[in-house]
Amino acid sequence: MTLARRRRLVERVMFALSVGCMATALSVLFFLLGYITYQGISSLSLSFFTNLPAPVGEAGGGMANALLGSLKLLIAAACLGIPVGFLGGVYLAEYGGGKLGFLVRYAADVLNGVPSIVIGITVYALVVRPIGHFSTLAGGVALGLMIIPVALRSTEEFLRLVPASLREAAIALGAPRWVVIVRVVIPAGMRGIATGLVLALARVAGETAPLLFTAFNNRYWSEGWTQPTASLPVMIFTYAIAPYQDWHDQAWAAGLVLLALVLGANLIARFVLRRGGPIQGRA
Amino acid sequence: MKNVAVAEAESLTKIGVRNLTVYYGAKLALESISMDVPPNQVTALIGPSGCGKSTFLRCLNRMNDQVPGVKIRGHVMLDGEPIYGPGVDAVDLRRRVGMVFQKSNPFPKSIFDNVAFGPRVHGQRDPVRLRELVERSLKHAALWEEVQDRLDASALDLSGGQQQRLCIARALAVEPEVLLMDEPASALDPIATAKIEELIHELKTHYTIVIVTHNMQQAARVSDLTAYFYLGRLIEHGPTEQIFTSPARQETEDYITGRFG
Repeated sequence: MTLARRRRLVERVMFALSVGCMATALSVLFFLLGYITYQGISSLSLSFFTNLPAPVGEAGGGMANALLGSLKLLIAAACLGIPVGFLGGVYLAEYGGGKLGFLVRYAADVLNGVPSIVIGITVYALVVRPIGHFSTLAGGVALGLMIIPVALRSTEEFLRLVPASLREAAIALGAPRWVVIVRVVIPAGMRGIATGLVLALARVAGETAPLLFTAFNNRYWSEGWTQPTASLPVMIFTYAIAPYQDWHDQAWAAGLVLLALVLGANLIARFVLRRGGPIQGRA
Repeated sequence: MKNVAVAEAESLTKIGVRNLTVYYGAKLALESISMDVPPNQVTALIGPSGCGKSTFLRCLNRMNDQVPGVKIRGHVMLDGEPIYGPGVDAVDLRRRVGMVFQKSNPFPKSIFDNVAFGPRVHGQRDPVRLRELVERSLKHAALWEEVQDRLDASALDLSGGQQQRLCIARALAVEPEVLLMDEPASALDPIATAKIEELIHELKTHYTIVIVTHNMQQAARVSDLTAYFYLGRLIEHGPTEQIFTSPARQETEDYITGRFG
């Protein structure tokens, strides 16, 4: 066999292998999407979005409280996680060259790797115990803590992508450093940062473990911020392990809704916020 | 009271540089440069890559302050005042000494907001005054005719040559006294380059210009004075015509005639 033929053969084999792996990865995703849709769509109705869960043994009912609960949890989480993560990311990108920057970055990566159940227990000890009961707020704190490292690192990454030439331009115009950061660097990186923040929120929207010890669950409406609350992931968990067929159906429906929300947020982040292409125009 | 002769000598020097030495870490980038830049003239800095001409240019508005590990010794005077002196604010200095970069770097904002950026940073809020400033700066930069009916369009939609003229307009809007240009036309096609060169000719009536260029013909066309840098040293400095027709040093002649570089 000549060298050229062997090369062509190796080329074909490797190409087939990589296509095969790609197809496997994609088929898992599509199987997941298809199966959840197939199982969930039949239990999905208007009442799912508007009604409270029905008592055991009674057909129908919905998960309106869990939808609202998830929304409130995300709002609380965003209020804690986004400011800390965003401003921390600005610090890292603009001033975080030294030892402290390294330390913050390292701490963020460690925090990112902390199992979510551990975050839940920590917040249980720090927030739930002193207050005396489960609450939306405690759940928000747990999710917020999970957002911080993701928001921090993605903000830093996108600010670092802002070309140095833009900073130089602003500095050369006599702008003080904070003006350069606030008026030039952050606006130039905002599209990417917003994408990162939405993705961080979408990620924690599906978290169950940190909520088990913090927001707990609730079969009724949760008033204010200091009551235990239902949330989609915990509802799915509770309904899926219950011994009733109609609860299983509802869990599938909730899974479908959660998946759609997370996918929707991802699509919005990637296609709406990213629209407009790269930050720097042509040369 | 000032001696008349001293006052006269000062009036012929916009920027005076004495024994300027710059290190990047342990690397010597500029070695004891002394040179005077006269007002309302174009001074061209030429020399092979890495010879220190850009470093020299960036010392004149203290852009090198941004570089980690930089060490700057010697004196740079603007109108007789030391710009590296204690109590001198680099931010104020850069308002008086503007800069245009090699690669055009408009902000991802509208054309108007690009030009208005400097004045706004320096406290100009009056919309009427801002509009005047933007219009005048764009006219000075010979861009007004092309953009006057689309000031709200993104600056990134302009062509490369237009973007560079926008950057010049943006620098002019701050109303500087000196304009530093770091190879402003090196990324442009010949037509855009010609426009920039024509512009430099017109601008020197209002501004003192220092321009770094790799292009010998460009230096010969646009400048009144030329300084030749090599390996961090100023080899020769004088009227452009003299440098290009009868240089005093063999190294300069070798570089200009293309025997080396």
